[in-house]
Amino acid sequence: MPFDAANLITVLPEIAILITAAAVLILDLYLKDKDRDIIHTLTLIGLLVAIGLTGAVGGGERQVVFDGNVVRDAMSDLLRGAILIVSLFGFVYARPWLKDRGLFVGEFYVLGLFAVLGMLIMVSSNSFLTLYLGLELQALSLYALVAFDRDSNKGAEAAMKYFVLGALGSGMLLYGVSMIYGATGSVEFGPVAQAVAEQGMDNTVLVFGIVFLVVGIGFKFGAVPFHMWVPDIYEGAPTPVVLLLGSAPKIAAFALAVRMLVDGLAAIHADWQGMLVILAVLSMGLGNLVAIAQTNIKRMLAYSTISHVGFLLLGLLAGSAQGYAAAMFYAIVYAAMAAGAFGILLILSRRGFDAEQLDDLKGLNERDSWYAAMMALLMFSMAGVPPTVGFMAKLLVLEAVVRIDLVWLAVVAVIFSIIGAFYYLRVVKLIYFDKPVEGLPRLSTSGGVRFAMTLNGLSMLALGVFPAGLLGLCQNVFA
Amino acid sequence: MIALSDYLILAAMIFILAVAGIFLNRKNLILILMCIELMLLAVNMNFVAFSHFLGDMTGQVFVFFILTVAAAEAAIGLAILVVLFRNRRTIKVEDLNSLKG
Repeated sequence: MPFDAANLITVLPEIAILITAAAVLILDLYLKDKDRDIIHTLTLIGLLVAIGLTGAVGGGERQVVFDGNVVRDAMSDLLRGAILIVSLFGFVYARPWLKDRGLFVGEFYVLGLFAVLGMLIMVSSNSFLTLYLGLELQALSLYALVAFDRDSNKGAEAAMKYFVLGALGSGMLLYGVSMIYGATGSVEFGPVAQAVAEQGMDNTVLVFGIVFLVVGIGFKFGAVPFHMWVPDIYEGAPTPVVLLLGSAPKIAAFALAVRMLVDGLAAIHADWQGMLVILAVLSMGLGNLVAIAQTNIKRMLAYSTISHVGFLLLGLLAGSAQGYAAAMFYAIVYAAMAAGAFGILLILSRRGFDAEQLDDLKGLNERDSWYAAMMALLMFSMAGVPPTVGFMAKLLVLEAVVRIDLVWLAVVAVIFSIIGAFYYLRVVKLIYFDKPVEGLPRLSTSGGVRFAMTLNGLSMLALGVFPAGLLGLCQNVFA
Repeated sequence: MIALSDYLILAAMIFILAVAGIFLNRKNLILILMCIELMLLAVNMNFVAFSHFLGDMTGQVFVFFILTVAAAEAAIGLAILVVLFRNRRTIKVEDLNSLKG
């Protein structure tokens, strides 16, 4: 069958990222240390071009290309854009940290870009095969990134744990995929959905497959009881890497879940709903309760991630278009919040010192009141205080859950989010009401970082007051 | 004639063996890497068996991709192992305790 070059147009953003990554890889060989900034600039340009191309090829009818393996629809347009923008912020925040530690090398950018490429492939996949390849491209790049600070004892251990548990999660997912292939005779989501609708739950092989699939999704999201890797990786990995793996990959994990469960297995929604309820309740409960006990802010944010994943799953399990849109809104907003929070930690770090303990945030207001305000906004948003966007996101998923008459679940979610508000507000208290440790230098950051952080922080407020734009885009996807 | 279910049971046994190996083994990280490979091979066997009995080639193509990814995964895993060994001079699983998850 002849190859149609028109196929390539729909994947132009991916091609742009691939070219950038390859160019960075080669250029890095010939650059002297003092010229390394070119790599940074090139990466940002590549990401901007990809964002532009996403807009250019986006919109209009759903297109299925590459023999049904790749799809470009409203969801892939929106999530591609979100992933690229969040990653752009990540690279901007990471540069000063890397420079201070002599880690400002091409590898970080190459691996980071390949991870972004993997995420893009995940969101635009239309078969289990493409989805798996995108997932592995992202995961393998991130494993290597976690071990990227070669002399760090903790980094190596975190990478090993991440690798083993990540591979285990992929293995589970793949086992589930093989079962579903056996039950339906196809790996493309369209035919799978058709076959599943005809067979229902009578097929044991299919049931088996779905259980493993949900376990795999749980691993990739870091939902309880498959969360063991999250806190250790967040604590052990270098902070810029945590930023990269804690923000955009959540959007990609959301895409993974939607593509498989909604595109492929929507007909048996009732069966995976029960499993997701368990994951969601446990994640919200354990995440919020254990986060209170943490003194290391990276670990605290790790447990906070787990609790946010619980909320995100609430939207998914609702099984209504409204629920999916709410979960998508939550995923995008959470990625932006996480990028901002870790960005602040990067700003607070300097040569020979990493801001890792909660006490390192003490008196941030006296050291730099603007960053303090941004961090406070991010924390309010994570806690879900109106008028920040975190409140809107929580409200939307709760509404979706109430609409399907799972009121008890909404009540549980509200109780846990109130408990969770404690540790976010504690950070705000540390920032504004505690005295900074003596002898700390003033924060010095480049204009670019300050601009990005301002944008990131204020977007929490702006999206909270005017959520209609982003929400409209999300609802449009599932309309 | 070997039935489809025989292949599936064998694959399931290998898969369980691999997962059990990952969780029970406290001594050696290399064994964990081997278990991960074993897990993917169990999946491959599933795919090939289904592919044969369905008379559909997709499963076998999928296996080629899994094999390739597994090779890349092993490379990354061993690289991380080398970094870990350089820093710690040990690859015992029970010594991986400076981060307590």
